[in-house]
Amino acid sequence: MTIDLSQFHQVFFEESFEGLGLMESGLLAMDPGTVDAEEINAIFRAAHSIKGGSGTFGFDRVASFTHLMETLLDEMRDGRRPVTAEALEVLLQSVDILGEMLRAAQDGQALDEERVAKQQQALETALQANPQKQDASDAASALTADGADINGWHIVFRPLPNLMRTGNDPLRIIRELAALGELEVRGDASLLPGFDQFDPEECYLSWDMRLHADVERGQITEIFDWVEDECDLAIMPLVASEHEVVAVPETVAEVSVDEGALSSLAQEQEERRSASDDRRQEERRKTAGRRSNDPARSATAAVSSSIRVGIDKIDNLINMVGELVITQSMLSMLGENFHPGQLDKLKDGLEQMARHTRELQESVMQVRMLPISFTFSRFPRLVHDLGRQLGKKIDLKLTGESTELDKTVIEKIGDPLVHLVRNSLDHGIETPQERLAAGKLETGTIELKAFHQGGSIVIEIRDDGRGLDAERLHRKALERGIVGVDEKLSTQQIYELIFQPGFSTAEQVSDVSGRGVGMDVVRRNILELGGSIEIDSEPGRGTGMLIRLPLTLAILDGQTIAVGGEVYIIPLISIIESIQVSPEMVNLVAGRGETFKLRDEYLPIIRMHEVFGIEGYRAHDLTDGLLVVVEGEGRRYGVLVDELIGQQQVVIKSLEANYEKVDGVSGATILGDGSVALILDIPGLIRLAARDVGLQLIKKTA
Amino acid sequence: MVAFTLKGAGYQVIEASDGVEALNIAKGQGVNLVITDVNMPKMDGIALIRELRALPAYKFTPLLMLTTESSAEKKQQGKAAGATGWIVKPFNPEQLVNTVKKVLG
Repeated sequence: MTIDLSQFHQVFFEESFEGLGLMESGLLAMDPGTVDAEEINAIFRAAHSIKGGSGTFGFDRVASFTHLMETLLDEMRDGRRPVTAEALEVLLQSVDILGEMLRAAQDGQALDEERVAKQQQALETALQANPQKQDASDAASALTADGADINGWHIVFRPLPNLMRTGNDPLRIIRELAALGELEVRGDASLLPGFDQFDPEECYLSWDMRLHADVERGQITEIFDWVEDECDLAIMPLVASEHEVVAVPETVAEVSVDEGALSSLAQEQEERRSASDDRRQEERRKTAGRRSNDPARSATAAVSSSIRVGIDKIDNLINMVGELVITQSMLSMLGENFHPGQLDKLKDGLEQMARHTRELQESVMQVRMLPISFTFSRFPRLVHDLGRQLGKKIDLKLTGESTELDKTVIEKIGDPLVHLVRNSLDHGIETPQERLAAGKLETGTIELKAFHQGGSIVIEIRDDGRGLDAERLHRKALERGIVGVDEKLSTQQIYELIFQPGFSTAEQVSDVSGRGVGMDVVRRNILELGGSIEIDSEPGRGTGMLIRLPLTLAILDGQTIAVGGEVYIIPLISIIESIQVSPEMVNLVAGRGETFKLRDEYLPIIRMHEVFGIEGYRAHDLTDGLLVVVEGEGRRYGVLVDELIGQQQVVIKSLEANYEKVDGVSGATILGDGSVALILDIPGLIRLAARDVGLQLIKKTA
Repeated sequence: MVAFTLKGAGYQVIEASDGVEALNIAKGQGVNLVITDVNMPKMDGIALIRELRALPAYKFTPLLMLTTESSAEKKQQGKAAGATGWIVKPFNPEQLVNTVKKVLG
């Protein structure tokens, strides 16, 4: 009987892409010179399952390619090969190629054979870089596989200076090792400083030990369990000496490996001693890397067709439906022989039903929510690559990766974020030389943060670079005729100019960014998602971009308003306040149209009925109606309406999908009485008013 | 149970019912080894370890905490506070005595 394997392809590809994401973030988190067994193991496992899967499904090219990567990783894991920056780079590139191969296999498309062959070559070259080690490792792993021929372990133990401060004692550890069997110990006191620098509370010694005992690796690691964070440790199998005939090349090889491992360990130790600050940073980076290793978070592009939902969310849904069914049956029982005395009971039941419906709605919305790490996970790689390309040193910090956003928002916010991060890298962060000259740390920092604030999600991109140069921006804007010579702009308004189409200040247009097509698109994309973007910059200190996004695109908190016979909905997020104007507040300013004064600020007025051409409106005079103060595109306006009806949550129905795009309207909804109401798009409404009724856009009151 | 086992093995054991009491005992008389639960009233085990480690007399004294297998986070917090190591609950008396023997040399 044959089984049609193709039905499992989709799962294989999804898992493989997830594995690729894991490998990538793992590789990025690794530091040259350090052997973090846990990290390498995670990468190795991912590679291994891709290899296994591709073998099973007959993607032999993928399998053989992955095998090479796996070999390289395996050698690093066992400490037989030093972890070098070059090797990591080769592996990273291989991850990319592997991704291409998998995508080609998925779509059944032809593969760029040349690239694959080239990368395969690069991998092979990397593997052959230490040919003896390769032989030795093969022999060693063959012997290890037999099991019986291992008769001991080679342990290199280098405590960090602070080991004794945790009450641990290297002697205890050595004693415990000795209890397992015959132990050869060689101490290394080469790092012992002179008397003047000697701190009696620090540990300067390290040990190179050979344990001749038939024990499991686990028994040794258990002894080091308490101190694994306070030492550098390498545990390698010892090959039996009776196998001398076979083992001659191995012994030679082994020595050379050990030296490699030792010298890299020693070097690292030196670095740690000299720059404890760096170490702390490094550790932070490592933990950050580990966090992003979480498999659920690092899935890559392969999420378009399906969505992974946590079982707890589904359970919650089922639970809510259960509650609803109970309430429903209670109500129908009540309805069967209803008499007026039960009116209170009926009311209670209906109230309960309403509550459950709302909770159910929230639970269903939860299903669409994904952690923002889906978007964030691509940045470590991007920053790594661009940093190299531009010769800049950059530390990327991600926080709030578990913040959840609507799937659609997640998908659409990716590109704008990439653009902003690239901008920070390219224009914001200075070159290491410039930074040093400015008295800053050589390594620049880019922070990506996501968090909840009120009813929205805020994504913040902040760099500690040179900040925006307001003067230069203004000059450029004058040159391009974007602003007039006589216009007075605040610094904040000048910053906002970067969102104007065709505005680029880069002295030199690089291939990373700087074509000036970006920022206006970035802002438009964000506005389309119902969000907003703010700039916060300080010269010499850096720039922050604050993106505010609605939690979901499907439901909106709205204020229902009436103009004439029509009912509209204004998103609550756009409303600052609603006021009744008195005649003395209103001004007619030449060239600016109608304005009103609100706490020392003159705001332009938009008459809804004029913009939409509504008949039968009541508010002929400003004082007859109400002004809803709204904010759009960073400015405030007063929108004149007849009356406010109430606040409610509305379900957004797309106009585009059912009719066509209408300016000033972002969608529609169905109200409780079954009638349809349009949802206003405030920035769109402002643009519409500017075009049709001469509202002045750029000019802002002082 | 810890005290009982260790007394049985010939160690001299002083018991404290909470972190503050433990700290006072440790300040009043020198001890060679501290074993503390993580969850304790008044002052938890991690805070106790931090306080003790800051005392000159306890700079290098082994401070062990009792944790459950699953609480890797607690282990990390303990290490950060200066713990020497941990004893994983549940343990049998033999394991406990062995660990103490090893630590005290």
